Amino acid sequence: MKRRIPMLIVSITGILMTIQYFIPHPWSEAMYNNALDWLVIIGIFAMPLGIYSMIRIQVLKIQRRSRGWGYAVISLISLFAMLGLGYTQECLESGTFFMKIFEFIYIPIQATMFSLLAFYIASAAYRAFRARNILATIVLAGAIIVMLGRIPIGEAISPFLPDLAAWIMTVPNMAAQRAIMIGLGLGAASTAMKIVLGIERSYMGME
Amino acid sequence: MSPIELTIWQTIGAFFTIAIFSFLYKDNPLYKIAESIVVGVAAGYFTVLLFWTSLKPKFWDQIITHRDGVLVIDKWWYIIPGILGLLMYFHFSSKFAWISRYPLCLYIGIGSGIAIPLSLQTFVLRQVEATMLPVSLYPLEAQSINNLLIVLMVVAALIYFFFSMEHKGVVGKTATFGIWVIMVGFGASFGYTVMARVSLLIGRIQFLLVDWLHWVK
Repeated sequence: MKRRIPMLIVSITGILMTIQYFIPHPWSEAMYNNALDWLVIIGIFAMPLGIYSMIRIQVLKIQRRSRGWGYAVISLISLFAMLGLGYTQECLESGTFFMKIFEFIYIPIQATMFSLLAFYIASAAYRAFRARNILATIVLAGAIIVMLGRIPIGEAISPFLPDLAAWIMTVPNMAAQRAIMIGLGLGAASTAMKIVLGIERSYMGME
Repeated sequence: MSPIELTIWQTIGAFFTIAIFSFLYKDNPLYKIAESIVVGVAAGYFTVLLFWTSLKPKFWDQIITHRDGVLVIDKWWYIIPGILGLLMYFHFSSKFAWISRYPLCLYIGIGSGIAIPLSLQTFVLRQVEATMLPVSLYPLEAQSINNLLIVLMVVAALIYFFFSMEHKGVVGKTATFGIWVIMVGFGASFGYTVMARVSLLIGRIQFLLVDWLHWVK
């Protein structure tokens, strides 16, 4: 009841969803679409768990007057302000106060945070790419050629550099990405098979 | 949006941009305020977005619809995932926590079942199909050489990941070539990422100098 039924659910639904892929029939397609909707609905019901967890952590910080508890107050105010402003579906239309907060607060902060990585990535690159062995040297050479090939100074250094950068992107880079993707696909399919067949049970807290 | 309103909103955007950039000096209260705001705003925004764009149309509107101004129950079976979703909250009960496994297992079962053919189709078959491009020897063109090189490099990189054979002799040399290909790929991806980040940085500087301060036309 506590373990066998959940595992049966995994196996039956897993086999059904695998088989339906090979049956080009309206019923099969309807089942697939319904299953996708069900996944979305179940997933969304998990969302309040995340919000509850976030609120709980912030409230605990405030109650205990932990270091930086004032920032927890700011987070909670921002959260409830957004939830309050989003009480109608119209809030998602362009030009509403809700969307302006998203456009002029969320997007600038997010974009600036990502752009900060431009600074930190340089120091990370220095530590990672110091040509200590042949492999590190290859990574370093690949990165330098691609970077130089995409800026005007690259063409000034050598007119072949942009073409070489383009060749690296379309031949060795694509080949490496393809090999990784093929490995990823085989790994994902075999892990899914193990789950459906009941070999992999770690999602239930079992070895 | 009126010009004054736009200026006010851009000033707010500029304030938060500078607040985040202040982290380059050191961790400071201004940065932490911006960070706390983005956490709350992001959680609130995506909750509202998911509610109105997924939960309402995929759940509520499927079950209850308006017909001639009267509320009627339409696809009743959509109540089932709702109930299953609610069962997840048994996770908080120490006695009945096992009930929360049912919806979780349905989720994992459907997800795994869909993933088996889909990942093989998308990540394996389509990639193999895109790799096996025509090679013309007469006349020998640059594109043909590239197509042949791609096949050789993909095979070499895959051999590097193949651990059922000892990497010795021909297999070892092919695997070494494979890791070189992978390293060139990593380097190229890294360079590409750096360029993307720098272009984001330029975008933020442009926002400050062009859109907000109008210092640069």
